[in-house]
This record gives sequence, structure tokens and C-alpha cells, in this order.
Amino acid sequence: MKSAVLVFPGINRERDMARAFEVVTGVKPVMVWHTETELPEGIDVVAVPGGFSYGDYLRCGAIAARSPIIDAVKRHAERGGYVLGVCNGFQIVTEIGLLPGALMRNASLKFVCKEVHLRVDDPTTAFTSAYTAGQVIRCPIAHGEGNYYADPETLARLEGEGRVVFRYCDELGRTTEAADPNGSLNHIAGIVNERGNVLGMMPHPENLIEALQGGTDGRGLFESLAKVA
Amino acid sequence: MLRNDIAITPELVAEHGLKPDEYQRILDLIGREPTLTELGIFSAMWNEHCSYKSSKKWLRKLPTKGTRVLIGPGENAGVVDIGDGQAVVFKMESHNHPSYIEPYQGATTGVGGILRDVFTMGARPIAAMNALRFGEPTHPKTHHIVSGVVAGVGGYGNSFGVPTVGGEVNFHKRYNGNCLVNAFAAGLLKSDEIFLSEAKGVGMPVVYLGSKTGRDGIHGASMASAEFDDNSAEKRPTVQVGDPFSEKLLLEASLELMASGAVIAIQDMGAAGLTCSAVEMGAKGNLGLELNLDAVPTREPGMTAYEMMLSESQERMLMVLHPHLEEQAEAIFRKWGLDFAIVGETTDTLRFVVKHHGDVMADLPIKDLGDQAPEYDRPWVEPKKQPVLDPAATRAPDDYRQALLDLLGSPNLSSRRWVWEQYDHLIQGNTVQRPGGDAAVVRVERPNGGKAKGLGFTCDVTPRYVEADPYEGGKQAIAESWRNLNAVGALPIAVTDNLNFGNPERPEIMGQFVKALEGLGDACRALDMPIVSGNVSLYNETNGVAILPTPAIGAVGLMDDVTRTVGVAFTHDEDVVVLIGDTAGWMGQSSYLSELFGIEEGAPPPVDLAVEKKNGDFVREAVIAGRVTAAHDLSDGGLLVALAEMAMAGKKGARILLPEIDVALHAFLFGEDQARYVVTASAAEASKLIVDAAMAGVPATAIGAVGGDALVIGDHLNVAVTDLSDRHESWFPGYMSGV
Repeated sequence: MKSAVLVFPGINRERDMARAFEVVTGVKPVMVWHTETELPEGIDVVAVPGGFSYGDYLRCGAIAARSPIIDAVKRHAERGGYVLGVCNGFQIVTEIGLLPGALMRNASLKFVCKEVHLRVDDPTTAFTSAYTAGQVIRCPIAHGEGNYYADPETLARLEGEGRVVFRYCDELGRTTEAADPNGSLNHIAGIVNERGNVLGMMPHPENLIEALQGGTDGRGLFESLAKVA
Repeated sequence: MLRNDIAITPELVAEHGLKPDEYQRILDLIGREPTLTELGIFSAMWNEHCSYKSSKKWLRKLPTKGTRVLIGPGENAGVVDIGDGQAVVFKMESHNHPSYIEPYQGATTGVGGILRDVFTMGARPIAAMNALRFGEPTHPKTHHIVSGVVAGVGGYGNSFGVPTVGGEVNFHKRYNGNCLVNAFAAGLLKSDEIFLSEAKGVGMPVVYLGSKTGRDGIHGASMASAEFDDNSAEKRPTVQVGDPFSEKLLLEASLELMASGAVIAIQDMGAAGLTCSAVEMGAKGNLGLELNLDAVPTREPGMTAYEMMLSESQERMLMVLHPHLEEQAEAIFRKWGLDFAIVGETTDTLRFVVKHHGDVMADLPIKDLGDQAPEYDRPWVEPKKQPVLDPAATRAPDDYRQALLDLLGSPNLSSRRWVWEQYDHLIQGNTVQRPGGDAAVVRVERPNGGKAKGLGFTCDVTPRYVEADPYEGGKQAIAESWRNLNAVGALPIAVTDNLNFGNPERPEIMGQFVKALEGLGDACRALDMPIVSGNVSLYNETNGVAILPTPAIGAVGLMDDVTRTVGVAFTHDEDVVVLIGDTAGWMGQSSYLSELFGIEEGAPPPVDLAVEKKNGDFVREAVIAGRVTAAHDLSDGGLLVALAEMAMAGKKGARILLPEIDVALHAFLFGEDQARYVVTASAAEASKLIVDAAMAGVPATAIGAVGGDALVIGDHLNVAVTDLSDRHESWFPGYMSGV
């Protein structure tokens, strides 16, 4: 599998993302600078990593979504290529319009970094096939604006089409207010597009892939991608 | 606009924080009246913050050398060899005064400044910590300051992309008018690729990099060198504004530029900005330096030479570059969207010349600006000794369960989760021991593969001990950092100090300073932890009330194999709980007395450095050998609080059977005797461990076993672990939400 990790000014989890791809799939991703206008030949997965692109000074992800490389990312997605947006990457991918909805300020109004539980509600996607339906995994989060919002119609559609892939839950898989770290509608942590080739999620699976990091629950996502691409 | 040639009146001199005799010294040095810009330059170089004029004499006595020390104090940060051609670079620095006036921006620029110190040396930052001290929770300003400072620390570090892995938060009324924000950062570099500030070669281009210069922070360093009063809020305009996005770009561009081979010397613009960085580069290299201010990128038109030389706008660097690589260097900075301007060159005149619009605004002897700064041997008095409290004569609790819950739920001993969950402590993917334990552990990969190493990081000092006995308190700050590192299996290798004290012109404050440094020095020598960098923050007083003397320590430990570590959590049922070290029940200055009864009395616990060394070596080796399943140092709140912390972390109880003791029970449980740890081990391993300890002359006693869902101490106490956690976790969020 060939992957690329996009680098915008202010992105800061690009190394974490690259390492996860390398450790789990054995292949080092290509780092792609935002001013490029083409992706390298033969890329299967484009990862948009976390961080604070352009300082998050306008709206999270809004400036990065207008970078030169973005057209190539759109074309890649239209061709059916995989796009993984994590944290700031999720925000960027929604700003591009590849995924619906928006990420608002956390309900607590504070940045939060901790480990949460996620329930895998759709193990049939290219990103989650290594997990089982309803499986509860641990995953770190680190964001100030991860509060997922979509209008009622979009939300109903997402739910109706089973496109909510990850939901915040407690250790037993129950979605409760207390287990939701940011106030997301329907406790949404990650969604896919209609075609299932674009995933956006706030949590950081790339930071939980080795026992040393406290667990390996994040590996499944990269293993899943390695299987399909 | 201010003219450069206005008459220098005594009032103007005083406004620049210079004493009449200091001004006379300037007149003698340059043989004429200085221009306004020159006066500003002198005030920037000769204030306490930049010149260390009150502290230098005593700092020289600290141990700063060691077999691992590559660079000691005097550069942007200390550098310590960690083998495999790698070195760790670290330092701690205060941003106390700005944080009190403008908590969010004060804290962000504190974090930004220390990160810049680290990457200026060529290191990529890998860990940050913060030692924060606030006034009593009920003081009307405390809530606002805590909220702003914590958000600021997070706001900068999270965006920059460094994991904030540890720190301290204390509350005490003596910080009511003067909070402390001490920021620590560590970075990693190759030991043969260290970048320094010493300029080399005549006629080399001096290059300005990073953000533009604005009118913010003018006289910031002078503010940091004065006491506060009721009008201090008027100094808000001297607080700089942080921009972590620019800093992240500056980091990437600087490291890329260093890798290109273009950099001869580099210095970040911190306190006193362009002045300090330019003078330091020239003076260290025995060179003159000429600046042309017309080329300095400015945020607004019409800035005077005086303003540009004193601005403390953030995220700026000064470099001396190889002339033939200038173009390549500029391309790197343009790629990252940062300013790049040639603003001067090195000369062989040993003069510091500043030109603006074709006029010479300053022309000063460059070496004298630093070397000839005043140095004081300030009068000091021996601190008064406190009586040793008889443990049996101190008050016993009516109810041990209640006493423990109240301690765990007190402002100073409650969980800091509310704070560190606002800091990204997981970014970079190397955090092995997260916040909340004794020390953080961060993985360091070897350049050529193989099992990863680790670095341990901790921040420590117990200011109420230092207040009661500066010498013992100074020793204790080092001893506690030593213990915290040993407990995670890291060999303590070096420290950085952030010396926060009151007004040094008062002999009793100077006495605290002198004796605390003596204690630090003795402990560092005994435990082989040289001080490789640091910062002095004096004049931490408001309306004549000084802070508690607070020599905050940031310590670093090395692990050969990062997997050989344990945390504080009870892990396995039936593990035996072993108390290491002697317990005499030292109650003077204990958290028990201060938090429960508001009593801060008596001498603090003495530190026997030989015993610390012996006990610490034993515990660390046991951790590395994989013999123990948990380890925790004993500090605030003594044995009982440590056991409760281990139970809460592991969500497991323990049954403790008190050994035969000739100490009052409450003193045994809450006393703060030093050189102690609690470890757990399997029953078989514990017996062997106790035998080995006896052979090594280390006191070790089995005091119980892990298991159940309650912490049980004989017939005296039986409390569910969930009850402990509920109290422990509730104070901070409750306080911050105003409940």
C-alpha cells in the first residue's frame, strides 16, 4: 500500500501519522507539502493529519482547505482513492466538502487530551474491517474543537445510511453524555462519505499502536487499510 | 516620535530601572552622556533579569560539570550526553510577572520562550513541563489566573506540538500577589550538531528571522526586575503576545536551515530582544556587530530605534550565516512563510553600532555591555531556624478516614487532572509514563535502531520547606526530583533550576537565596546531578510581601531500556506492599498540618543525602531489574497519601498491617520523612527484595498486600477506593466551575 501524508504549515501530528503507517504496514508514507498540485504517482491512501494548520486562526481547517494540493486530493477521492482525515484533518476534510457537517468548539469550551472509548459501529468500511461490529476500542483524543454538528436532515441521512463509523462510549460500549468528551451530536467520533472511501475522525488511532504507548487498539485502522489497498 | 538626543535626566535614568551609581558606571565606561537608545540598551542589558547582578556570585558556586555535561549554564540551554551520539537539551524559565498581569499571554510567551531556547541549540523539542504556583483559592484573583495560565500553557504547547508531560500546581497565600509560571522544555539533538550563539568571522551577514518586530514587550525584562504594587496592571502593555503557529514554523525553518550547513551562530530573541541577542553573539565571539535597523521587518511604520532595540515581540531569531549560503537560507525561510532580512554584519571593532535612517543611534563597547554589568554582593542574614516539632505533641485526627479524604480533596493534594487534560501529553507518540505519576517517561529512539531508550522528567520543590529552612529545603527539592526519577527507573543525570525569590535588596530574602543555593549545590554534588541551565527570578513581591522562596527544579533521568519502568498504580492482587526507608514521623511543615489545620510550623524534614543515595539506587535498580510492579516516592501527605494514590491509580485497594512502631500513629501515617518509597512486588520477589535491602543497608518493611476495593489500615481506616477517587478528582473541577 502506498500512502501520502499531507503537510500544511502548523500541522503537527504528521510524524505520528507517518510512523503509524510505517510501523503497521511496513511502508513509509510520502510526505506531501501543501503547495504541491499533484499527489505522487500510485498513492492509495491520503492521510490528512492532526495539528493546527495555519494556527487554526480563522476556522479550524478553513485555510488549509484552500491549499494548492486540495484539488488533487478531491480528484483522488473522486477516483475512489482513500482519504483519512484525523483531528485537524477531519476538520479540513469537512471544510473541503468531502464529508458533511462541521466540528465546533468542545461543549466544555476547553481543549481536552485523554484516552476515550470508541464503539465501532461499522466494521464493513475499508478503514475498520479489522474490527468487529460493536467492538469497544480505546483511543486518545487531543482537540479543542471536536464537537460534531450537522443539520437534522444530514444527521438523519448519516444515521440512516449507517455512515457513523465511530461513536464515543464508555468501556462497556454505552453511549452516554458522560462518555462523550466534546458534546458531539449522537456522540459521533468518526464518519465516512457515501462511497465509503473518505473517513474523518477526531480521535488519534495513530497514537495507540504500540504497547509502549499504553495499547494497540489503533492498529486496526491501519491494518484495515493495508488489506484493501 | 522620541528623539535620540534628548537630555538624560535622573528621572529618565530611574524610569529605566537604573540606580544613580549604575548610571555613573555607564558614564565612566563610555566617557559621555548616552543617547536615549543607548540608555535603553544599557537598561536592557543591566537589569536583574538579563545581568544576574544579584545572583551571579552565588550561582558560580553551583556544581555545573559532570562527565555527561556537554554544555553547562551560559548558553540558551544546557546539553547533556545520553549516549549513542545523542544529547538532551533542557532548561526552565520563569514568566511570573507577565502571567500575573495577563495570565493567558504571560503563560503562552513563557512556554514559547523556553521552547525557542531549546530549538535554538538545534534540538527538536520532545517534552515540556510547567511548575505553576498560585495564590490561595479564595483570593479574588486566583481563579482567573489559574484559568488563564492553564489555557495559555495548553494553547501554546498544543499548537506548537510538544507533549506537556508533567509539572506541579500549588496554591498558597504567599503567591496571592505574584503567581509563578515556570516553564520547562527539553529537546533532542545529535551531540556533534549543537548550535551556539558565538559569532565567528568578520564581515559575516547577521540575519533576522521569524515574525516581525512590533511595539509589544518594550521593557518586559525591566518589569521582571521590579516589585509589584497596586498599579501593576498598568504594565499590561509590556506583556508580549504569543503566536504558536509562527513558532512552529520557526522551529521547522530553523532546523531545516541548520541542517543545510548555513548557520554559524544563532540566538533567539527573548528578553530584551534584538539588543540582548545581538550583543551576546558579538561579545561571545570577540567581535563587533553593526545593525542597520532600516532592514528590520516591522509590524508598523514609524518605529524608532529605541523601540526596535527594546521590543520583545515573540518568535524571532538572529543568526550569523555563511555568506555563500545566504540565498539557500532565504529560500528555506520563504518556504515557511517567515521574514528573512539581512540586518547587519559582524565587525572587528568590538563596538555595538546601531544605525537607523543613516544616523548612528548607538555606538557602544560590546564586551562591556555584558562583562561590565554591575555585580552585587548583597548583604544577607542567616535565616532563623525553626524548632523541631515533637510528633507526639502534634494533633492527631479525630477520624483517620475523614482526615485522609480531606487531604486528598484539599487544593494542594487533589488530582491535577483538570490541568493536564488541557495539555496535549500524547503528541509525538512517545509518552510512556503519562502525567499523574512520579515522573513522566518519554521514549527516545536510538539512531541506529535497537531497543529504545527513555528519558524521565520531573519538576519539584516544596516551598514551605524552603521558607522554614532554606538550606534543607534546597536539598529537599533536589532529593525529591531524585526520588521521582528513581521511582520510574530513570537514572537522574542533570537538573535545571528556576530560582524564584523576593527582593534581593532585603537581607532576609538574600539569606534565603544564599542558603537555598547552598542546599541545592550540596544535594546536586551528593547525588551527581549537575545543574546545566537555569533562570533566576527575583523581586517576586507585591506591596512588600514576598513569595515563598521557590527554587523550582526540573530534573532529567536516563533509561537504557524504556520498557523497564513502572508506574505508581497497584497492579496485581496479592502483591506485597513494601515500605523503603525509615519513618520517624516528621511532622514539621507537613501537608497534614498545613492542609487540615492551617498550621505551618516547625523545621522541615532534614535530608540525609547519603541515605537518599543508597535508598534511591536500590529502588531504581529494582525497577530496572523488573523486580517491582509499582513504585512511588513519599512526599506531601506521607505514607497514607502515597498508598491512597497508588490505590486510586490502580483502582485496587490494599490491606495494610502496621508494623510495630514507636511513633505516634498519625505521625507514622502522615509524617514526611525523606528518602522513602513504597514499592509492590509479588510475594516471592518481595521476600528476596527485603533480604537484598537488608544487605544493602536499606530499610525495607513489608506492610501489607494489594487487593480488594478498599484501602484498609489495621483497625484505623477502611475506605473504598472509589470514595478516595471521588474526593481526589472533585476539588479542581469543582473549584474551576465555581461549585
